[in-house]
Formats: sequence, structure tokens, C-alpha cells
Amino acid sequence: MTTITSPAPASGAAEAKSAAGRAPLRRGLLRWLFVAPALAYMALFFGYPLVRNIVMSFQHYTPKTYFTGEAPFNGLDNWRAVFANELFTDALWHTALFTVGSLLGQFTIGLTLAVFFSRRFRLSGFVRAVLLLPWLVPMVVSAVVWRRILDQDHGMLNTALHAVGLVPQDGVPWLSSPGVALLSAVLVNIWIGIPFNMVILYGGLQEIPRELYEAASLDGSGPWRTFRSITLPMLRPVITVVLVLGFMSTVKILDLILALTSGGPADSTQTLGTVTYQLSFLQLDFGQGAVVGNVLILISAVFAVLYLRANRADFGKGK
Amino acid sequence: MNRPMQRPASLLLMRSVWNTAAALLILAVLLFPVYWMLNTALQPESSIAGTEWFPVSPSLKNFDTAISTQGGSLLTSFVVALGAVVVCLALAAPAAYGLAQFGLRGGQGIVFATLITQMVPGIVIANALYSAYAQLDLVNSYLGLILADASLGLPFAVVLLRAFMVSIPSEVVEAAMVDGANRFTAFVRIVLPMSRNALITAGLFTFLFAWSDFMFALTLNTTDDVKPITLGIYQFVGAHVSDWGAVMATAVLSAVPAAILLVVAQKYIAAGITGGSVK
Repeated sequence: MTTITSPAPASGAAEAKSAAGRAPLRRGLLRWLFVAPALAYMALFFGYPLVRNIVMSFQHYTPKTYFTGEAPFNGLDNWRAVFANELFTDALWHTALFTVGSLLGQFTIGLTLAVFFSRRFRLSGFVRAVLLLPWLVPMVVSAVVWRRILDQDHGMLNTALHAVGLVPQDGVPWLSSPGVALLSAVLVNIWIGIPFNMVILYGGLQEIPRELYEAASLDGSGPWRTFRSITLPMLRPVITVVLVLGFMSTVKILDLILALTSGGPADSTQTLGTVTYQLSFLQLDFGQGAVVGNVLILISAVFAVLYLRANRADFGKGK
Repeated sequence: MNRPMQRPASLLLMRSVWNTAAALLILAVLLFPVYWMLNTALQPESSIAGTEWFPVSPSLKNFDTAISTQGGSLLTSFVVALGAVVVCLALAAPAAYGLAQFGLRGGQGIVFATLITQMVPGIVIANALYSAYAQLDLVNSYLGLILADASLGLPFAVVLLRAFMVSIPSEVVEAAMVDGANRFTAFVRIVLPMSRNALITAGLFTFLFAWSDFMFALTLNTTDDVKPITLGIYQFVGAHVSDWGAVMATAVLSAVPAAILLVVAQKYIAAGITGGSVK
């Protein structure tokens, strides 16, 4: 509105106002043409799925639906079925363990490495760059490589651990025992997430003014005290962002688990992401799949709010 | 301030050497799986008796198998990822410019919404897209997969490019317009060349996101007509789990874009990771 009215003469009559207003109006529309295609695309590929998933969660889908196009509404049937399904409750629990475990590991190791690489020494930049490789490789590929390493009989990890006497002859069933598989998936995901945490936290560390450390050193502050009283508080905004982004990408994980364990053994690594996939694309019950998807969105939405609050300062910037 | 300066130079040098050694050790530990992938791929006999620690008599036989069985998928991935980059940049660059420079009413809200879209779980999108694609006849099509994969990079590209274009002085474009260019030609001739580095960063990451995509490849294809390498290796592992050498050779080939990126475009990567996600 401001772009349209502000160039118009303040004292002008109605006709003069509309004549002067037409050109800026056209210019305003032309400007919107720059943004419109991306907006339309985002509405189709993000907005539509969000709405469609809510609708679908109240519809009865069968494989037949794809021939007849008929998906009758069935009230809360899908929701009741999903919430009564033990697999869903298990998946909820696995997702929580997987997410918390992954974040703790990724963040702690990422921060330690970021602090370490903040020291000045030869090859620091080179090593930091090469460490990014695990994050850049497709997740399915990483998962497949780990599947080989963690194999109980021929995997390199058991061979090595047995050689130094840490595990018995038959090794640890990393991926083949329900009690261990989720932990293995967490360890692999920690490995994948370390580079991302390290890079962002390293960037945050570089922003902390050197003078603060010099002052602390003059006051006789030891390394741990300096870390707790300067590094951590100054790094807080970056830490929030890194944890929230990590949460968003971990809670919905699918690639890693499908390629590593396919949700097994005995559903011990099923998460909300894999259950959605299984319900929709393997059992072809898109209605129930949509219910789990909506639960996933709900959980993400809570953290999206956290993310936006953490980013609030950034919204004031720019034009 | 005084204490560190009184340290003898030799002590500082020692510290630097120790730090470098520690860094290399960290690198060796964290990159071990990558080494193991390469090592297994180079040993044609690895499947039978486990894998040797070093490829004593390396052979490219596994790579022959990988290329003959998965070569088509590598090509598919390349075409799809390139298509996604084109779609993504064509949409993101003008939008980012508009949001950065025009002071549009509601522009802030759009940036906000763009950030939110990065949080929509992919499986939710796939769930709804599949039924839409089935009606539009886009299942098992290059176009369908390209459009879906472009969505992986678009919000990222808009946010990254906007952050860059905010700093372009508006006088530069106005000067071109005084010379008779309209806003669109000024955008193409002036703004795009100025944003070259940001465009490369956004493009590289979109390529990588699309190349790494597994979920859309898995859910939006019911036949083998359009099978990217991520789907290829997933099915390959299921069917040929005894031929680990060939599986690992495929893994190596599918990790090539990441490796090239690290070597050739190193300076864009850190910029991309921090620029696109934090701001």
C-alpha cells in the first residue's frame, strides 16, 4: 500500500490521484512478478502437502483408491487405528531416543572439535575442510558403508574389536539384535552430523571478540572458567540454531534407517518417519500414513517456533 | 597479555606440531568409513573372506561391475540433479532479488514462510505428492522427480541469495535503468553477474541435495524407468548383499560429486552451510 499511495500528490483531486497512482501500481505488480513464481511453487510443494495431509488423515485410502479415485471420509478412524497401533507408540519412543542421543553426541563432539580447530596450527583449515566429507556424501551411501562395517560376521568393527580382545569370537550383533540396533543407528547418525555441528559452531566461535579472551587471561581465568563464562554464553544463539536445525533433520529421518536396518530387527529401529513410509507406501494406507505424518509435523512445529524465536534478531535486518 | 608472549618460540612450535598431529588423528578416525569404502571397492575378493586392511593388489574389477549395472542410474541422478538446479535457481534468484530490494509489502512474512518450509518433513510432502502425481501422470517421470527435488534446494537458495542481494546497492540497478534497461534486463545483466558467487553456492548445494535425495526417488517411482543412484544402491544392497566389493564401488562413484565439491569448490561450502542455515 505504501508504494501505491506515497508518490501520489497530497493535495491532488481524485482524478489526479488515480492517474498518478496507476504507474506505481503497475510497477508494484511488475515487482511482484519477480517473487510470484517461487511463491506459487512453494505453495504447491509445501503448502498443498500440508493441507492435503490433514485432509487425507480423515479419509479411507486403499490401493483401490488409485483406480477409482474414491477416498471416502471416515472421521477419526485413521487416528484411532494409529494411536491403538503398538508400532506407533514404539516408534514415538524410538524417535525420542534416536533424536536425543544423536543430538547429544553430534553436538558434544562437534563443539569439542570446533574449539580444538580454533587454535592456530598448520593444516587446521585443510583438515576442517576434509572433515566435511561425511556430511556431503548421500546419507543412503553412508548408511550402506556402515552396514558393511557393522556386519556381525564379516564386519570390520567386530574383527578389529575381537583382535584386541574387546569382544568374543562371535562379535557384537550391531545391527542384528533388537537391543543394540537402535544404539548403532544413533552412533552412525552422530558420525554423519558431526561436520555440520562443527562448521556452524566454529563459525560462531570466530565471531567472539578476541579482547574478551585477553581480558579473561589478564584476570587469571583458567581455560575451563573461560569456556564457561565467555565461550558458552557468547555462543548461545548459535548453539540454539544448531540444536534446532539438528532436531528438525533428525526427528524425520528415513534414509539412514531404511538403508541400515529397514526398521528391524523386530521393529526395534522403527521411527515416525519409517512408520509413515511403511503405512503409506508399503501398506498403501495413505490415510493412516498421513496421521503419523501429521504427528511429525506437530512435533516439528513446536521446534519451528523455538527456531524462529532464536532467529528473531535476524528478522530486523535487511530491507 | 604478557604471559603468552614470554613463552619461548620453540615451545609454541612444539604446540603447533602436536596440534597438527592431533588433527590428523581426528581426521583418520572420522574418515575411516570413507577409507573402508574405497578399500573394499578395490578388493574384488573381499566378499568371501572378509576384507584385508589394505588393498594389497588393487583391482578396478568392482568398478566395472558397478558401472555396467549402475551406470544408467548415475546418469539419471546427474540429469535429475542438474534439472533441479535449473528449476531452483530460475525461481529463487528473481524471488531473492525481489525480497531483498523491493521492500514488498508482506516480504518479511514471505521470508518467514520460506524458513518454515525448510521444516516440513519430506515424507509428509511425498505422501501428498504421490496422490497428486498419480492424477497428473507424473509418477515415474523425470519432470516429476526434478520438480520434487528442486523443492529440497529452493528455500535454502532463496534465503542464501536474499542475504547476499540485500547488500547490492540499489543505485547500481537504477543507473542501468536510467540508461534504458527495464527492471528485468537490469536484473539479468547487472544483478545476476554480481551475485555469481552466491548463485554458484546455491546451485552447488541444490545439486548436492538433489543428488543425495532418496525419499522422493523411493516414493515417486514405482518402476525402474527413473532410478537415481541412491535408489539404485539401496536396491543393489538388497539384491547383491554378498557382492560387497561391487556395492562399495557403487558407493564410491555416488560419493564423487561430494569429493569434487570438496576439492574444487571448497570456499563455497562453508559459506553455504553457515549462510543458508543460520541467516
